[in-house]
Amino acid sequence: MFESISGTLEGIFDKLRGRGRLTKENIEEGLREVRTALLEADVNYRVVKDFIKRVMEKAEGEEVIKSVTPGQQIVKIIHDELVNIMGPVGPTLTFRDGGPTVVMLVGLQGCGKTTTAAKLAGLVMSKGRKPLLVAADVKRPAAIKQLKVLGKQLGVPVYSEDDGQPTVICQKAVDYARENTLDVIILDTAGRLHIDEELMKELRDIKDKVEPSHIFFVCDAMTGQDAVNSAKEFNSNLEFDGAILTKLDGDTRGGAALSIKSVTGKPIKFVGVGEKLDKLEEFYPDRMASRILGMGDVVTLVEKAQAVTDEGQARSFAKKIKEDTLTLEDFMDQLQQVKKMGPLQEILSMIPGMGNKLEGLDVGDHQMNRIEAIMRSMTREERQTPDIIGGDRKMRIAKGSGTTVQDVNQLLKQFKMVKKMLRQVSSGGPMRRMGIPKMGFPTDFGRGKKG
Amino acid sequence: MVFDYLKELAGVGEGKKEAEKHPDKGVVVADTPKSIPTKEESKEAGPKTNASSWLSLDSWIDLDGLKKGLQKTRTRIESNLHGLLSLKQDINEDVIEELEAALIEADMGVKFVTRLIEELRDAWESGEVTDTAGMKELLKTRLKERFKEDCRDLHMAPAPPTVIMVAGVNGSGKTTSIAKLGNMLVKDGKKVLLAAGDTFRAAATEQLEIWSGRIGAQIVKHGEGADPAAVAYDAVEAAVARGMDIVIVDTAGRLHTKQNLMQELGKIKRVLSKRIEGAPHEVLMVLDATTGQNAISQAKLFKEVIDVTGLFLAKVDGTAKGGIVIGMQDEVKIPVKFLGLGEGADDIQKFDPDRFVDALFD
Repeated sequence: MFESISGTLEGIFDKLRGRGRLTKENIEEGLREVRTALLEADVNYRVVKDFIKRVMEKAEGEEVIKSVTPGQQIVKIIHDELVNIMGPVGPTLTFRDGGPTVVMLVGLQGCGKTTTAAKLAGLVMSKGRKPLLVAADVKRPAAIKQLKVLGKQLGVPVYSEDDGQPTVICQKAVDYARENTLDVIILDTAGRLHIDEELMKELRDIKDKVEPSHIFFVCDAMTGQDAVNSAKEFNSNLEFDGAILTKLDGDTRGGAALSIKSVTGKPIKFVGVGEKLDKLEEFYPDRMASRILGMGDVVTLVEKAQAVTDEGQARSFAKKIKEDTLTLEDFMDQLQQVKKMGPLQEILSMIPGMGNKLEGLDVGDHQMNRIEAIMRSMTREERQTPDIIGGDRKMRIAKGSGTTVQDVNQLLKQFKMVKKMLRQVSSGGPMRRMGIPKMGFPTDFGRGKKG
Repeated sequence: MVFDYLKELAGVGEGKKEAEKHPDKGVVVADTPKSIPTKEESKEAGPKTNASSWLSLDSWIDLDGLKKGLQKTRTRIESNLHGLLSLKQDINEDVIEELEAALIEADMGVKFVTRLIEELRDAWESGEVTDTAGMKELLKTRLKERFKEDCRDLHMAPAPPTVIMVAGVNGSGKTTSIAKLGNMLVKDGKKVLLAAGDTFRAAATEQLEIWSGRIGAQIVKHGEGADPAAVAYDAVEAAVARGMDIVIVDTAGRLHTKQNLMQELGKIKRVLSKRIEGAPHEVLMVLDATTGQNAISQAKLFKEVIDVTGLFLAKVDGTAKGGIVIGMQDEVKIPVKFLGLGEGADDIQKFDPDRFVDALFD
């Protein structure tokens, strides 16, 4: 597998950090590798060139040379420059007083416009607004149907016509929204393979007639060097307000985020991070920069943890740790909560310094599933007092969960160890305050055994 | 001269002569590498082993269309590269730097381009090339070389139906590409059945159904949310019962990093091989031509799970060039088999590396 950009950069900075003083040559050497890393992340060639030049200028300045930790200074300069390029984001969505707020989505074919439209509808709905989705893509077969299905899933009305002029459809949709007191209108426009004049004219037409409050350029995060061209083209024709980067939940390094902002001056506003309709998040340049630099993303991690943690449950868990009355039953609950936060790999990669160490490491969710299977194959009594589990019971549990007796043994053994460990830290650690014991989770469980 | 050199490199010369001897050109393609069994050889191998054949579809190479499709790409490289290289002028550092920029901006990847530039620089310094025209020829040769071992024909089952499985990330253009491939095969006289295996994306089945009507193919579908492996199985059953030649199995788009979804894909493939030994005979990964370096990761992970046998490069007529298929060859070796060039069912071409590279420059 391919190293992540954080991995590459971390290696470089480790090298820079090791040196007491930096010479111009080793700054240059380090930055050459930064250049390679950014190009591999699909940041546009010319954007990278400017970026390296700016960092070089700053790195050669007084503050770095005089600094006791020049390596760290450079990391800070690079981080700040990344944040500078990608920020500031500004307000993401503002709502118009009086009339309905119209949001128009534009972008190339297959970039994720329709899904993003639905996700945006869900987002504004969660802010107490009443959205209307408009199928202004009359060209792609079944595009209208797709939007209708998504609208139904969300409980959002969809305005569509089987054929007709996209501009007219959009205008009628605005009237429809007024009549039905819907206050946010989201236009899902047609995509094209290439940016042709016909499409641009259609989009400009819609813009002139409907006067949207926001135009967002939707862009696939996996896009290569070409991101700058389409962004420029759409921007010069439509003057969009910002971009939405989709499919960022894969392993793409998302260099497009840097490119789009630097060539258009328009910030990324949202990112799509999953297929489910609630997987649209606001874009934070500093988090993105931290992630690129392998500094982890603790803020998102804590937010996710808070979102799934039940305060009361957490408190009772902490109490049990202190009283040493923790059972496997409690672990089941915790496991469920961790699972709610998303795939394990994704969670772990947010921990600072973990990002590049996870490459090639098998921390797949199937291990968690196996642990869960074993625990679920136990009776409630067994989970509450694991000591009663003898040979026969182990055999039954192994059979029931499709594992081996050794696996069951290992889980029990690790549970005891974790309990002991938790007892030691129970005098007050960060885990207790956060409400999610990090579980000392037996993630290496079962590895090297079955396969 | 250059042409001869290229033929030599690509091993085309030999293959062509061989093909001329065999009137049966529809089945054995001219530039089939030696490692691929020809019809004769496979017959000798006996009926029990893979007495499979290869469908060349060579009539679907159309230079003009490709040129048109690559116009955008060409414009960019032209302004930097063609402009610099076609005039016979001296090489200097500026030329080399511009060349590097043009190649990287075509998504060929920084590592490959760096190496390529070093080679070109060496050739310049050693006097092997002295002007930009010579450098252009050398560059083209190097790019074409990267595909020389590839077999670009479709692997056909010894007895119909031939099963082709198609996968790729979300939005890469799978459904449209399947329509084009189906259309191409229908026009080649095959009876084609499409399996609506994308049961996840809203209205994906409808989209494929509309296409099947347009291109004259049959379709097997279940409802939304159905088990895609079951759809695939039923499609193959139906194909056997109805005496179809080709089954093309659509699958839902998925990011290659989603383990569960990738396992589902593996399951579909296993189910296909359970029903027909050796199926799927082709596994195509659809790649969006605008994709950057992430294509490498996509190809690696899809290959790992479903053993991809060919790439379908979609949206080549878009703003981007698909230079990634040149760059990615060191990292993951999968032959490019088809190009998607437009929005209509006819907008498909069999990939031809010489023409592809030539179209970038001329």
